[in-house]
Amino acid sequence: MAMPALTAEAETAAATTPAAEVLVFKPRTPGFIQARLIPMLGDAAAKVIPPLVMLTLLLVVWELLCNKPGATLPPPTKIWTEAYDLIVDPFFVAGPQDIGLGWRVLTSLQRVAIGYGLAGFIGILIGTIIGQSVWAMRGLDPIFQVLRTISPLAWLPISLAAFRDSQPSAIFVIFITAVWPIIINTAVGIRNIPQDYRNVAAVLRLNHLEFFWKIMIPSAAPYIFTGLRIGIGLSWLAIVAAEMLTGGVGIGFFIWDAWNSSRIPDIVVALAYIGMVGFVLDRIVAAVGNVVTRGTTAT
Amino acid sequence: MTAYLKIDHVDKVFIRGSRETEVLKNVTMSVARGEFVSIIGHSGCGKTTLLNIVAGLTPVTTGAVLLENQEVNEPGPDRAVVFQNHSLLPWLTAYDNVRLAVDKVFSGKRSRAERHQWTMHNLELVQMAHAKDKRPTEISGGMKQRVGLARALAMEPKVLLLDEPFGALDALTRAHLQDSVMAIHTKLGNTVMMITHDVDEAVLLSDRIVMMTNGPAAYIGEVLDVPLARPRRRLELSSNATYLRCRQRVLEFLYERHSFVEAA
Repeated sequence: MAMPALTAEAETAAATTPAAEVLVFKPRTPGFIQARLIPMLGDAAAKVIPPLVMLTLLLVVWELLCNKPGATLPPPTKIWTEAYDLIVDPFFVAGPQDIGLGWRVLTSLQRVAIGYGLAGFIGILIGTIIGQSVWAMRGLDPIFQVLRTISPLAWLPISLAAFRDSQPSAIFVIFITAVWPIIINTAVGIRNIPQDYRNVAAVLRLNHLEFFWKIMIPSAAPYIFTGLRIGIGLSWLAIVAAEMLTGGVGIGFFIWDAWNSSRIPDIVVALAYIGMVGFVLDRIVAAVGNVVTRGTTAT
Repeated sequence: MTAYLKIDHVDKVFIRGSRETEVLKNVTMSVARGEFVSIIGHSGCGKTTLLNIVAGLTPVTTGAVLLENQEVNEPGPDRAVVFQNHSLLPWLTAYDNVRLAVDKVFSGKRSRAERHQWTMHNLELVQMAHAKDKRPTEISGGMKQRVGLARALAMEPKVLLLDEPFGALDALTRAHLQDSVMAIHTKLGNTVMMITHDVDEAVLLSDRIVMMTNGPAAYIGEVLDVPLARPRRRLELSSNATYLRCRQRVLEFLYERHSFVEAA
């Protein structure tokens, strides 16, 4: 099926740019299909098929367990029929509180973006300062180690008391949840800058600002991104919990609302959304990290 | 001989808690402009400490380092170092590693185009122009050391400090790099101070060899002139009487009079 398309493309390319002829014609040899395309498809299949098989199995087991009278939770088939509109169209708008889950996720993401953005900025800043000073590290590290274990939800009443509004409170909860791993990892990264790089900076007489941008940040980048990756995961965990309590439009409130009106299938769909968005967020931060920290891990 | 670089009665004592370790004791030596001086001694005798003191990376306890009669006590590009483990920044390409130094040393003095040309010129000098876009992880140990050398040369240092630059390389690569260093020294006439523990390397490259006793409290045991004409060729030297005599003297110093005592 791919063959005719490839040929057509190659011919148009060859007609317009004769110089590229050699390059374009090479892939048309049957060797290319056999040597590159088939293994590529094989790789993709090896990655995609096992999870799909397992997913199908799990759905079947779930169906069998819940598809009898008296089951407390709905089986997949029932969820499909009852929450059909939520599943197929994430972006419908049917009323002020009757909107697609895509919109709700976007609202939650907006809060996460602000809170996580602040946490990233302030976390890297504080982490850099702490990493440079032995005394700041000794003084603050134990405090941070205690603070970071506090559940996101435990911060909520305090932040509601401080801000007297649900929106900044939710953002603060995201911030306070995500900031600790970013601070701690950045500080460790800064402390672990090899003496060799410091010597190079000394010989070149880099000033503080140059040292920060040219040595410190790239050298600590793998650590910083470890912190950022843990941070984004925690943010996404925290937002759902925070929104359940603060209300509004987000995905967390949707679950709470669905529970109060006994729409269990809707909750299941929302859970699937949360899981997938969390997965994508994690992968995005990991991918950015991979691009930024290229070559910094090995010497 | 006029002293271009002068190390004047330098003592170095490291203090860790209540323990004092005397590393260098009354080290005095000078290097003339354009001279290639090697410092040789067993591991742990304080060679690298001495080089770090000249580089300004380690402060002296007493004494002073003078460069053109000015005391130097902090690091600077006038005393560029080629580090033992290359110390290239792994997130920068070979070009960017050299360019960082060029930009820092010549900002405001040379235009952007001139700085680019100077960077390329130095990479060509060490025969690394072809790998300018490679990161340190993508090139071999010898190539990394070449880039490190290009970075140091690009700073136009008054004194080039080499800290066992070939120590971690295999014999063939080391020979290639030694030839490159000799060629560059002949061409540019740099003043070089090199730390080494390789007798052949010291005799082949140096105008003078400074031999250090074993630590703790190492001092300069002997200084040997190497009166071999340049350019020197490795193959011809292997049967040259002067070369063999110099080599013999250094070996005697290291293995008879100051043989390395483990756990001394």
